[in-house]
Amino acid sequence: MSATEVAFAPVSDDPAGAVTEAPRFLRRLLRKPIAVACLAYLAVVVGVAIVAPFVLPDVAGEQAGDLLAVRQGPSWNHLLGTDTLGRDVLDRLLVGSRVTMVGVAEALFVVLALGVPLGLAAGFFGGRVDRVVGWLADLAFSMPAIIIILVVLSVFPQSMLAGMVTLGVLAAPGLMRVVRSATLPVREELYIAAARVSGLSRTYIIGRHVLPRIAGAVIVQASLLSAAALLVQSGLAFLNLLVAPPAPSWGGMIADAATAIVLQPWLIWPPGVAIALTILAFGLLGDAVRDATTERWSAPVRRKKQRRAPSAASAAVRETTHAQALLSIDGLTVAFPSPAGRIRVIEDVSFQIGAGETVGLVGESGCGKTVTAMAILGLVPGNGEIEAGRVVFDSRELVGLAERELSRVRGKEIALISQEPMISLNPVFRIGWQLAEAVQRHHGVSRRAARARARELLRQVRLPQPEIVARRYPHQLSGGMAQRVAIARALAGEPRLLIADEPTTALDVTVQAEILDLLRELQREQKMAILLVTHDWGVVADICDRAVVMYAGQIVERAASLPIFRQPLHPYTEALLASNPQHAPEDRLLPTIPGMVPKPGVWPTGCHFHPRCTYATAACRQRPILLEQPAADRETRCIHYDRLLATR
Amino acid sequence: MTDAALLLDVRGLTVEYDVGRHIAPLRAVDGVSLTVAARETVGLVGESGSGKSTIGRAILGLAPIKEGNISFAGVDITHAGHRERRRLSADLQVIFQDPYSSLNPTRTIGQTLGETLRVHGETGRGEVAHRVAAMLERVGLPADAAGRYPAHFSGGQRQRIAIARALMARPRLVICDEPVSALDLSVQAQVLNLLRELQDELQLSYLFIAHDLAVVRHLSHRIIVLYRGRVMEQGEAAVVYARPAHPYTQILLEAAPLPDPDAQRRRRLRRSNRRANAAIADAENGCPFAPRCPFAIEICRSVRPRLETTSSGSLVACHRWREVHDQTEPTDTGAVTGSRS
Repeated sequence: MSATEVAFAPVSDDPAGAVTEAPRFLRRLLRKPIAVACLAYLAVVVGVAIVAPFVLPDVAGEQAGDLLAVRQGPSWNHLLGTDTLGRDVLDRLLVGSRVTMVGVAEALFVVLALGVPLGLAAGFFGGRVDRVVGWLADLAFSMPAIIIILVVLSVFPQSMLAGMVTLGVLAAPGLMRVVRSATLPVREELYIAAARVSGLSRTYIIGRHVLPRIAGAVIVQASLLSAAALLVQSGLAFLNLLVAPPAPSWGGMIADAATAIVLQPWLIWPPGVAIALTILAFGLLGDAVRDATTERWSAPVRRKKQRRAPSAASAAVRETTHAQALLSIDGLTVAFPSPAGRIRVIEDVSFQIGAGETVGLVGESGCGKTVTAMAILGLVPGNGEIEAGRVVFDSRELVGLAERELSRVRGKEIALISQEPMISLNPVFRIGWQLAEAVQRHHGVSRRAARARARELLRQVRLPQPEIVARRYPHQLSGGMAQRVAIARALAGEPRLLIADEPTTALDVTVQAEILDLLRELQREQKMAILLVTHDWGVVADICDRAVVMYAGQIVERAASLPIFRQPLHPYTEALLASNPQHAPEDRLLPTIPGMVPKPGVWPTGCHFHPRCTYATAACRQRPILLEQPAADRETRCIHYDRLLATR
Repeated sequence: MTDAALLLDVRGLTVEYDVGRHIAPLRAVDGVSLTVAARETVGLVGESGSGKSTIGRAILGLAPIKEGNISFAGVDITHAGHRERRRLSADLQVIFQDPYSSLNPTRTIGQTLGETLRVHGETGRGEVAHRVAAMLERVGLPADAAGRYPAHFSGGQRQRIAIARALMARPRLVICDEPVSALDLSVQAQVLNLLRELQDELQLSYLFIAHDLAVVRHLSHRIIVLYRGRVMEQGEAAVVYARPAHPYTQILLEAAPLPDPDAQRRRRLRRSNRRANAAIADAENGCPFAPRCPFAIEICRSVRPRLETTSSGSLVACHRWREVHDQTEPTDTGAVTGSRS
């Protein structure tokens, strides 16, 4: 049994796994009161539509009721009154629901039967199939629906089936387009390619892989189409085109009430309310279904943030001694609320960055690097918040600062570039315009001066032909050029600290080398400090003066770059360096770290790394390990650093 | 190596994508030939836009082939139809880069792994479940993973699932399209080790596509370096890595930062001494790399270099490979070098 096999054994009892489980669609839907109400109402209507004609068999054929009691308001004998021929309105409403519902069902069936398969085929196969289907859809769109239905009904007088089938056919292209556009992105997913490579048939792939992904969109459309079909059905019934009198229908009842609207206005209410409520129920249900389908991947709504002043205790304990540091982070702790209580994602993070210095923040994903970097700017993702700690920039406390003052620091004094430069650029504006806008915001100069400065910035980031680049849109840039533009924009405010969150991870190695060279040169020219978040030790070796290693929310090692590569003093640093394939001896397995980074909330007691550590002893499991100082300017959160020293 | 042992033989492959009605089609792959023998790992390296993934997709029948042919185990599969692909899927499988998009979020792991078996006629419920459980265990996941959805797994675990899916049908060749690029360093090492162990156990061949030469070298017997859809250099992994004969391979190697500040400083210095000859503009008929090449001369613009065999047995497409080859001292890799044999 290999080391890699053992590595993943504890996955089954990972409690965080259970938390992240998204409830199944139906359960999510039933959690919404509005969805439950709509479903209950529609169930009642459908139930009545099925049962009523059997319970009240005479109503459908009743030509006239009590002619001495016509157009009466509600009374004990007739709960909803009587119509123009003295028939009971409640009875007719109940029995009439069948015709209405059957009409909706017929139209819906035709829409689904045509729209879904055609849309799937057009979206999945594309090419000629798509063109033919699209052409047919255009044809259907160009026809005046109501006139076609009237023509059909003139051929098949009072045939609801003919009318509703025609409606279904005419409405199908709309659904077809929705299904097609929902299918297109799914078709490009890699698992579809993998399924094709597996030799699965196309019908199987469409049925099992594509359909479940677009089901949400189809259900939403179906419920909206039901509402539309109900409306059309009622309209046609109102014109007495669908149902032969005396058989009741909701639309027909409105027609009847309309003739007597002056004598008895009440009559319009029962069928009117029934139609309105049913349409409302269909519409709201569609809305709830849409919410339930997207809820799985949409972020929770950010609540109004309560900023806390740093707790007096922590501030008192850690009086900053690094007066010369440009940025000084002290005991920074960030937590996120969860059903199980607050979960800390970073804990007691402290480090300093001197003016003009480059510090690498290293670790694997899930260790809290990005949260730390963002917390400096007061941008904690989601609804997390800074629980404790201080962030002092140029002897100004940033934690607890009002949003307005913070936004003056952001961009101007502390700038940010991220892994995805495209995200930070607005796709609809030219590069030059966006840069000039940033310059104007930070310096308040004239438009002309800002434009000139924008050109200069582009030259500064070594873009050839800055005039041409300035006239381009973001999508016309390559990844490397976009990152240069993002850097140019970060420089617009002449920041003293640049936070670079994995700035080269998405780039090719040759482009990465160019960007790192650029950062190095800019730093020399501008005397700017850089906090570089990365997982790549090569990048640290290339550009960083000092490195801060994070593991599971904590800083585990802090030192200047060279000594950390020569002699790591934390087992995590050592193991991470060893698993780099560039160091690996040939034809042997790479050294690995068994297991995986624990998620926030399930950090082990004691040292966070002890379950994966080869040096671990009983002492590591008992109590939290503090940062120790084995040498000048070196810190490690390990009590066994002397054993690491001994192995070299 | 005789032709009989060749599992995959790609000759003169050209792939073009239509980009618009009045625009010339985009040539993603331009006359690439390569072979993969049984139990061999061939690394395909290049930057984005080099056509490395497109070659993999063309072999899998997922990209439009303009010219050339592809044969697998002696059978021409260039234009294999759906039925033929279906048969082929027992022998030819794929692992994609993105562990998030490569698994259907609405299907359980068991369903995803099991459906591959159903294609090949295995329908017994018990048998399918048994083989799924065995495969999950082999790639280092608990058997109860079969009942769970992809959302429950981390990137590294998903990549193990993708490996399990590829191996369900017991293929002979697996196209690995950047299988570890999206993973963290320690997880990447675990997955690379797993791929290597599985190769020995199941006698697999890999076509290993990646942008990271260090990763490719670690796993590959032979390396092919691509630039703009053309082969620049091809040879034994250790030779290409230690003594690159093509300027592009050199640049690619030296661009990757070494995890050692001193060695990296030396490497950076060497790199800064080498600048491209700016006078050489992009040329239609010449070497595609000429505009970025520090060695480029006039002939590089007008004549497209052919693949030539170097003294160390590699193939290289460069007019000046002799000078390049002789000039390179064995690269400072900061590690032990040697070849997988």
